[in-house]
Amino acid sequence: MKLYCLSGHPTLPCNVLKFKSTTIMLDCGLDTTAVLHFLPLPLVHSPRLSKLPGWVSKDGTISLEKELKECAGRVFVDSLPEFCPPERELVDLSTIDVILISNYHCMMALPYITEHTGFTGTVYATEPTLQIGRLLMEELVAFMERVPKAQSATCWKNKEIQRLLPGPLKEAVEVWTWRRCYSMQEVNSALSKVQLVGYSQKVELFGAVQVTPLSSGYALGSSNWIIQSHYEKVSYVSGSSLLTTHPQPMDQSSLKNSDVLILTGLTQIPTANPDGMLGEFCSNLAMTIRAGGNVLVPCYSSGVIYDLLECLYQFIDSANLASTPLYFISPVANSSLEFSQIFAEWLCQNKQSKVYLPEPPFPHAELIQTNKLKHYPGIYGDFSNEFRQPCVVFTGHPSLRFGDVVHFMELWGKSSLNTVIFTEPDFSYLDALAPYQPLAMKCVYCPIDTRLNFHQVAKLLKEVQPLHVVCPEQYTQPPPTQSHRSDLMLELQPPPMPYRRCSVLGLPFRRRYERIQLLPELAKSLVPAEIKPGISVATVSAVLQTKDNKHVLQPPPKPAPAPPSKKRKRVIEEPPELMSPKPLLSGALPLEPFLSLLHKHGIMEVKVEDTPDGHILHLQAEDTLIQLEEDSTHIVCDNNEALRATLRDLVLRFLQKL
Amino acid sequence: MPEIKVTPLGAGQDVGRSCILVSIGGKNIMLDCGMHMGYNDDRRFPDFSYITQNGRLTEFLDCVIISHFHLDHCGALPYMSEMVGYDGPIYMTHPTKAICPILLEDFRKITVDKKGETNFFTSQMIKDCMKKVVPLNLHQTVQVDDELEIKAYYAGHVLGAAMVQIKVGSESVVYTGDYNMTPDRHLGAAWIDKCRPDVLISESTYATTIRDSKRCRERDFLKKVHETVERGGKVLIPVFALGRAQELCILLETFWERMNLKAPIYFSTGLTEKANHYYKLFITWTNQKIRKTFVQRNMFEFKHIKAFDRSYADNPGPMVVFATPGMLHAGQSLQIFKKWAGNEKNMVIMPGYCVQGTVGHKVLSGQKKLEMEGRTTLEVKLQVEYMSFSAHADAKGIMQLIRMAEPRNVLLVHGEAKKMEFLKDKIEQEFSVSCFMPANGETATIPTNPSVPVDISLSLLKREAALGGPLPDPKRPRTMHATLIMKDSSLRLVCPEQALKELGLNEHQLRFTCRVQLQDPHSDPDTLNRIYSHLKSVLKGYTVQHLPDGTVMVESIVLKVSSSAEEPNTKVVLLSWSYQDEDLGSFLSSLLRKGLPP
Repeated sequence: MKLYCLSGHPTLPCNVLKFKSTTIMLDCGLDTTAVLHFLPLPLVHSPRLSKLPGWVSKDGTISLEKELKECAGRVFVDSLPEFCPPERELVDLSTIDVILISNYHCMMALPYITEHTGFTGTVYATEPTLQIGRLLMEELVAFMERVPKAQSATCWKNKEIQRLLPGPLKEAVEVWTWRRCYSMQEVNSALSKVQLVGYSQKVELFGAVQVTPLSSGYALGSSNWIIQSHYEKVSYVSGSSLLTTHPQPMDQSSLKNSDVLILTGLTQIPTANPDGMLGEFCSNLAMTIRAGGNVLVPCYSSGVIYDLLECLYQFIDSANLASTPLYFISPVANSSLEFSQIFAEWLCQNKQSKVYLPEPPFPHAELIQTNKLKHYPGIYGDFSNEFRQPCVVFTGHPSLRFGDVVHFMELWGKSSLNTVIFTEPDFSYLDALAPYQPLAMKCVYCPIDTRLNFHQVAKLLKEVQPLHVVCPEQYTQPPPTQSHRSDLMLELQPPPMPYRRCSVLGLPFRRRYERIQLLPELAKSLVPAEIKPGISVATVSAVLQTKDNKHVLQPPPKPAPAPPSKKRKRVIEEPPELMSPKPLLSGALPLEPFLSLLHKHGIMEVKVEDTPDGHILHLQAEDTLIQLEEDSTHIVCDNNEALRATLRDLVLRFLQKL
Repeated sequence: MPEIKVTPLGAGQDVGRSCILVSIGGKNIMLDCGMHMGYNDDRRFPDFSYITQNGRLTEFLDCVIISHFHLDHCGALPYMSEMVGYDGPIYMTHPTKAICPILLEDFRKITVDKKGETNFFTSQMIKDCMKKVVPLNLHQTVQVDDELEIKAYYAGHVLGAAMVQIKVGSESVVYTGDYNMTPDRHLGAAWIDKCRPDVLISESTYATTIRDSKRCRERDFLKKVHETVERGGKVLIPVFALGRAQELCILLETFWERMNLKAPIYFSTGLTEKANHYYKLFITWTNQKIRKTFVQRNMFEFKHIKAFDRSYADNPGPMVVFATPGMLHAGQSLQIFKKWAGNEKNMVIMPGYCVQGTVGHKVLSGQKKLEMEGRTTLEVKLQVEYMSFSAHADAKGIMQLIRMAEPRNVLLVHGEAKKMEFLKDKIEQEFSVSCFMPANGETATIPTNPSVPVDISLSLLKREAALGGPLPDPKRPRTMHATLIMKDSSLRLVCPEQALKELGLNEHQLRFTCRVQLQDPHSDPDTLNRIYSHLKSVLKGYTVQHLPDGTVMVESIVLKVSSSAEEPNTKVVLLSWSYQDEDLGSFLSSLLRKGLPP
């Protein structure tokens, strides 16, 4: 049993588990932090960006003015942004049998894995994961394709050149594996391979392994997975939350008794309390609006935004901001808001019970109905006509490199009245802002990451008691910026097995047993004998049949009745069928009872001679010797086959057969 | 021998008050708890005294499962749980959980408030009953207790309708509830995997019907409605608030839009708007097309269909009215029917099944004079049309489901005895499985033959698999020998050596030694050689070796030749074998005793 690690990003994992002849990919997260090295893609022509100076090395020998631009002392690649997909060399992707998806953020690399790789397997995901994942992919593709950029920069990736570039571009790794965004066609093809599953649904893989998604409490339809056979159990924990937000609470108890627990997707901001951040978000928002400024919230189109809207639903009335328009701008804004209302089964109890009334589970329905929240597919069209300031705009992409957010950064960046509030934890806000410097706009960092923190994980692991824990190496030491915080790491006994990109781990357990079915006819024919109190044994002679990785024992076929053969005389010449050996024997042959049994069978003249280890019995009339020892019996009988057979059967009476 | 027992308390050779008891692997499950539309007395509810004469049912039932929200499947639930007494879990899907209490409350109002019956469940009882409900998701495996697990499958029929698989150990039962095997305008088709249950309990409402294409029926329906409206008549369509109503609304809505018709369509108020809201929120339970397009256009937001007011019934001119309930047995549909029955221009279209005893049933069977309450008679002049839009599987659909699930036995409920008889024969013929159709209160006992799960040591399994070769030879199956160790409740199959070791037993060696005398005028090595070639020719398929130390080995049996100096031609062949080689050893000694061939 082995684990191949294709991604080094702890919250966007991609691991491959080989278990009982199945190859299972756990998540396929797409590391999008690579886009921070690129210049933003403006929706409308930006004079500022186009006037940025090209980069020339200090000694003037290398000039990549077309590919690299300098802004406020940092160098950016002027090209269509690229992502860092999972490693493709470590495992032959065409051998992957199934992909298990834990939540919609962790499936963004799916087209890179399933398309043009020979992949023929099945992807398993819950319905919300599929639907919202599709929206996020659609959005990503729309963002990229809306502003076509012909140029593709590759010169800078040359090792010799990259070495000379200033940081952080110099430190960027795996740059040759970076890829452009996929197309909508590839998304559709990839998603057509998804098979929907429900929580606690037991899915059989080739009869060998059973996989089950469990609620993980982090997002709509988010799941952890149990991968098990009858005897071994691997839990895959990815992006789980114990906070009560909108999703169904996390199922913890089903993780118990795992042999191995693979732990990924812990909070990226272990020092920030989501509730406190939510409060800060509201107060900053109110302050800016009251001062006449606008608020920009760069965010994903699903997830925390539902909680932010719910929070604002309660907040705006009390803060006297009910007349401030809220705008949600995304190609998938409408779909995201609509979809959130139809997944009652996947929501927390509180929201579920609303559906029974029947009322929409999320209050953003009411915000839309009362015209407080408006959604638009983009900044063009209706939005430009209806747009009123001051306002709050929710829009993507949180990296600030593409999407409508770029436009608002350019538009509002110059005024100190405006505020950008970062709520998504995936990107460093300073890096995200770098190409917009110098910036007059206020910046507030309120990352809301509801995933498990180290304290919660320690408690969880104590409760579910896995034998071994596997986790990204980042979790085995304190964060580099807070190296003194030993509380911000996993401390376990035995210590967790760390992995990094391209690691191959041998998982520490040995399989000993397998499930087999005895057909009822066979079971009925067995004759158990009690060997010790409470323990019985029976010898089984049966035919093994294995089909679809399921094993069945059938009664052995009855020998075909010998055909009335003319060569009857020759029968004895026929050697016995090559058969498996007779059962093993166990037990002891007690002298006195054996002698009396011999006596009963007409063998009277027995001379017993004691030896150091037992006795030798001379059957004088028959000229036969029987040597008895504690663990052996030796019958020496020369010319009387019938007698030998009798003696054999008498001896067998005292012994147990196994 | 283990067996599964199935006893219908309702819906046994009948339609109405579905309630089926199943005993499987020591667990007792109640499937559905419905009321009978055709009765107003005690027979309305299943006879729970069958389960126990005195008192509460909690200790006799492990769980109750409700398949869908129709009252003939859940109408007796509050009576059972609150008045008879049951505190265990009640399972139903989310939409059923949402809609069921509303229909129950409606039913209660009609019975208690309008008909003035006492000794009936109260609103509070409905609420208390619903508190015991555990929601069920599709395909989710719910562990009721350590041994009993249930799993829901999509059944079509109505919003939230489910089939359930009940499993204890390796025994299982599937109960279909009501289902539909053809997708319609708002719901998908029922689906189940090849789960091979021991018993499939199927509804059989349309056991003998094979329905024509749905398209024809729809065209027929629209034509009749259109014609009546054109000549200024009124059309009454009695429906239940949820289910067929939405299907027909979508049908009429699109037709009105296409034909640009102006005649008003009404839907009797109360439940309707709420009902449509449920459909919007549970859109994931509808069919693929609606689910795909719901963001752009929600099919349950109707433009042409408006809420009905009692006073509209007397308005002049044509109109179409959907009114509840569906069998004309009470409520608004019956009131409107009374008003419109006298005019031959009008029409009533019954889109579903009517239970015996209801006005709907009488009208459909062609009665022209109806006795109403208070000894008045009602003359029926309006046109009566029956059009089967109820979403039940027809005979073809039932056979299709059996093919899908591959059950070992089939048991029919929710149908008329005569029709069941016909279907039973057909099933037994086509699938060669036993088919049962117990009447109410009658128990069908179905023997099961579960195989015994055992833990086999992996080393043994792998060794056997390797010996068996890459492909098994069906003509010469290999027999494997192993020891089954039974300790407490665990059953383990290991190789005999391991069994000895585990049980702390020593092996007892049983050996045989045999000296056979041969007359052979050759030297000892030559005799051995001759033995070697003899055995080699007789024992095909065995390993026969001539070893350099002057012995011959057949498998693990050693043969030696010696002679005394006095009688050099009398050779003594010494054979020695262990009990494990007994068959071969015995054969060899007999063979050699017959001497060597010249």
